[in-house]
Formats: sequence, C-alpha cells, structure tokens
Amino acid sequence: MSTPTLAPPPVRHREEDGPGGDHGEDLRALALRHGLSVSGARPPLPEYTRQLWSRRHFITAFATARLTAQYSQARLGQVWQVMTPLLNAAVYYLIFGVLMNTRAGVPDFVPFLVTGVFIWTFTSSSITAGTRAISGNLGLVRALHFPRASLPVSLALQQLQQLVFSLCALVLILFCFGVTPGWSWLLAVPALFLQSLFNTGVSLVLARLAARTPDIAQLMPFLLRTWMYVSGVMWSVEHVLANNHLPHAVLLVLECNPAAVYIDLVRFALIDSFTAAQLPPHVWAVATGWALVAAVGGFVYFWQAEETYGRG
Amino acid sequence: MADAQTEERVPTVVADGVHITYTVQGAGRAGRGGATAALGRILSRDRTAPGTRTVHAVKGVSFAAHKGEAIGLIGSNGSGKSTLLKAIAGLLPTNEGRIYTRGQPSLLGVNAALMGDLTGERNVILGGLAMGMSREEVKERYQEIVDFSGINEKGDFISLPMRTYSSGMGARLRFSIAAAKSHEVLLIDEALATGDASFQRRSRERISELREEAGTVFLVSHSNSTIRQTCDRAIWLEAGRLLKDGPAGEVVDAYEAHTRKK
Repeated sequence: MSTPTLAPPPVRHREEDGPGGDHGEDLRALALRHGLSVSGARPPLPEYTRQLWSRRHFITAFATARLTAQYSQARLGQVWQVMTPLLNAAVYYLIFGVLMNTRAGVPDFVPFLVTGVFIWTFTSSSITAGTRAISGNLGLVRALHFPRASLPVSLALQQLQQLVFSLCALVLILFCFGVTPGWSWLLAVPALFLQSLFNTGVSLVLARLAARTPDIAQLMPFLLRTWMYVSGVMWSVEHVLANNHLPHAVLLVLECNPAAVYIDLVRFALIDSFTAAQLPPHVWAVATGWALVAAVGGFVYFWQAEETYGRG
Repeated sequence: MADAQTEERVPTVVADGVHITYTVQGAGRAGRGGATAALGRILSRDRTAPGTRTVHAVKGVSFAAHKGEAIGLIGSNGSGKSTLLKAIAGLLPTNEGRIYTRGQPSLLGVNAALMGDLTGERNVILGGLAMGMSREEVKERYQEIVDFSGINEKGDFISLPMRTYSSGMGARLRFSIAAAKSHEVLLIDEALATGDASFQRRSRERISELREEAGTVFLVSHSNSTIRQTCDRAIWLEAGRLLKDGPAGEVVDAYEAHTRKK
C-alpha cells in the first residue's frame, strides 16, 4: 500500500530567472506576505478528507440524480430499476436452469446463480462506473472545484442504490424458489457493507488510471469477464477446487478472490443449503481485509493525483 | 520592502514569472490512427516520443491582481489567454514560476457542459452543492439562479435535460450557477459573448456586484467593447508574452491599433 506523502504539490519551482525575474522576488514576497496559496496545490490528506466530507450532500445528490436519469428516456421509467435485474436473472435461468439443466452439484441452483449474478454485478458495474468517473465528467471537473474523489465515491454510491432495487428482485426470486427468510439474512448487511467499501476503493484506483490512460476503459470489459469466470458466479468454486489438481498457490488465490468471498458470504447469508462448510477459512477476516486495503489504499492513491484531474 | 501602494491593496492573484508548456498527444507525423505508431508509443515508453509535441503557450508572465479589480485578458487567437486562465484556476500546472491565489478561483468556460443527461434543475442543485453550498443555501438561491439565467423565459426549459439546451442557454445557466456564489476570484472565458443583449447586461451587473463583494474577476473576451465596459484593467498577451498591462481603455486602444496595422 502506498504511504501518504504530505509534501507540497509537484510544481517544479526554480528561482526566478525568467523574463519577469527583475520583480519576480517582489511578487513572490508579496504573495507570501498576504498568505496566498499556490494555485492548484493538492491539500494534505486530512484536509482533503474533511473537504470530501463537507461535500457529502453533493455526493448523495449526484448519485440519486444519476440513478433517476438512467431510465429517464424509457417509457416505463423507474420500473426498469427492478425489471433489469429480473430480466437478467431470467436469461441465466433460461440458459443454465432450463436449456443446459446445469446443477453443478449445487442444491438450490437458481437462487445460487441469481445471488451470484446480482452480487457480481454490483462489483463489476461499480468498477465500470469508476473508470468513467473522471473521464465521463470532465465538464464538471473543469468547471467547478470540489474534491475529485466525490465523483468515484458518488458513482459507487449510485451502484449501491441500484443494488437495493436488485435485492428487492432477488428476494422475490428467492421466495419463488422456496427459500425462506431467516435471521441469517441479516448477515448480508455487513457483507454488502464490506463489499461496498471494496468496490469504492477499486473504483478510486481505476478512476485515476483511466483519467490518465483512457484506453483502460476499453480493456475493462475483458478483465471483468475474466474475473467473473474465476469468481464462481455460475458454479461453485469449492466444487471445482475439489475435483481439480491445481497448484496450491492457484487454489489460495481463487479462494481469497475478493469477488468470490463477497458472493459466497451473501449466498451463505441468504440460502440455507449454502453452508459454512462451503466458505473458505477466515472468510470474514479476508472480507474485512480486502475492504480496508481497497478503501484506504484506493483513497490515498486517488488523492495523490488530485491536482492532475481534468488537466490538459 | 513593500511600497505604500501594494500595502493598502490586497492581492488576490499573483503570477510570478509563469511559463506553461503542455504536451499535445496525437500530433506530429506519426498519427494516432496508425496501429504500428500506437504500438511504437507503447513500447518506447518515452514521453516525448514522436506523436507528441510540446507547445510553449505562456512565456514568463508576471502580474499581481488585487481585490475589486476586473481584469480583461486580450490578444489574438492562440496568444495564451485561456491557458493562463486555466493555470490561475489550478487546472494546468506551471512549468516555471508560480501562481499564488487567495482562496480557490472558479473558472467559467463556455465549453464546460455540466451534466448533459440531467435536467437544468438538477444541474443547478448539483452545481451549487459541488461548489460547496449547503442544501439550504441551494434551496434559497434556486429561484434566483433560474430567474437570472432567463432559461424559463420561453417556457419550462429548466425541467429538460441540459443536452437539449442551445449552447447559449447552457452557457447562461452555467454562468448563473457559478455567479450565485461569491468567489474571491472568478475567471470567465468568453461566457458573456454567448448570451443575448439582456443577459449580457444582467451578467455585467452581476460581475460588478461580485467585485463589490471583494472579489477579482478575470475575463477573456474577443469583444473589445465588452472589455471596455466590464473591466477597469486589461492585460494584453501576444504569443504567450505580456505586451501591455494597464487601464482597460489604454490597453484596448493599443491592441486595436495593433490589429488594424495587420
């Protein structure tokens, strides 16, 4: 993880030797005497965090505005918030449940699959949104001053709001397939909270990367698809691991894969037939670790380039 | 060390021997379109590889702007006016020298669309919140901003997505949002040229109000009459160099004499 540097911004400063050098020293002294600050300087991390907190209303308003604008051109409007995940689930059910009749050795396969798809979608769409957080809002970035981390954080929040709609659809589907609600459902709350932290952190990292190299946005669908296939969205990682003779290191990576960890935690919380035995060891510690490393690391990493966003 | 004059006037923006160069990607002979060229760029990892070019846009500009001044930046196209404005706003790094500012300058450019997919109404609220106003402040100022922009004069346009606005309407709304808050330094890039006559008059009034609220206004415009009417001081840039800095009337006269000669 990168360490915070509290050094002044990387503005190369040479002693005045330009054409304005004759009165350059006076101007600098004048500015310093009146307590002016260097324009475009990046605030230190605690100050930056405070500024970000003071824009919390902007962050929530932006997320809600984006969420409602998303379907503003559709006839059915906000109905699509629930329709989209339901249709998604229907497609997967049709292909894996009916056509291929896959069970993958998993009881309650449809709830297993739909939970996996929805929880995976939360991470993948947060990350996709994160890559466009700066590059897709250049107008705003160039017109107004605010801590730029507001944008990726806000977009991650939008995905969380979207997830609430998906969860409504999910509960509906679970009912239809005879999964009964229980106290264990409450475990989904901390799991999703940790997943949100993780998503936000990764979004911050990608927002910075994609702000400098827009090509990242072209690459993301492929990376995300690969990630999806190794995360056990459509099959049980545990089953595959049991039958294969993969090296230990690969198994460890597959088990500690954050997406897989969050998906399995929510499955464990919602589906009775998904038992604790199917979870990797120390699963909550791994989930918390990923969340903290991503959130703190991502925030610091994003902040380190704060003064460069929207330039050029 | 300071003379009496600078002692009583408070500086808000101090540019100290500022040089700005920027790198343009996709310029030069090896175009961006060529796959081999792109591959070459990736492999070479050289920042100054062919295909990029550096432009030295501002060459050693120094000045001090004070509270209550309205400063016009004039000069022909490509003279570095907008670049200098962006640097004051902290959106472009200086390569040499520094720009010191009081508070956070706000840049208002005509090219900056806020969020096209959202309605004008949402943009007003989000713009206000993004500038650091509280929810209550935004609610209080909302009607004022909409009335000032004149967006609703020809029907209920404020509830339409901003991408449906004409460029003039968009520029007016953006100006109205940014001008709702009193900034210590407000930077305007040609925004006044886009509105109709009555909006231009209203914005001139608002600019003088902002100046009275102890702010400094920078204005980039190709309209010499706008500079004369709105500003009391003008800075003339030519090819990145500061040619003349003084009372707006004098500098604009000199600039006009220069352009007529060409």
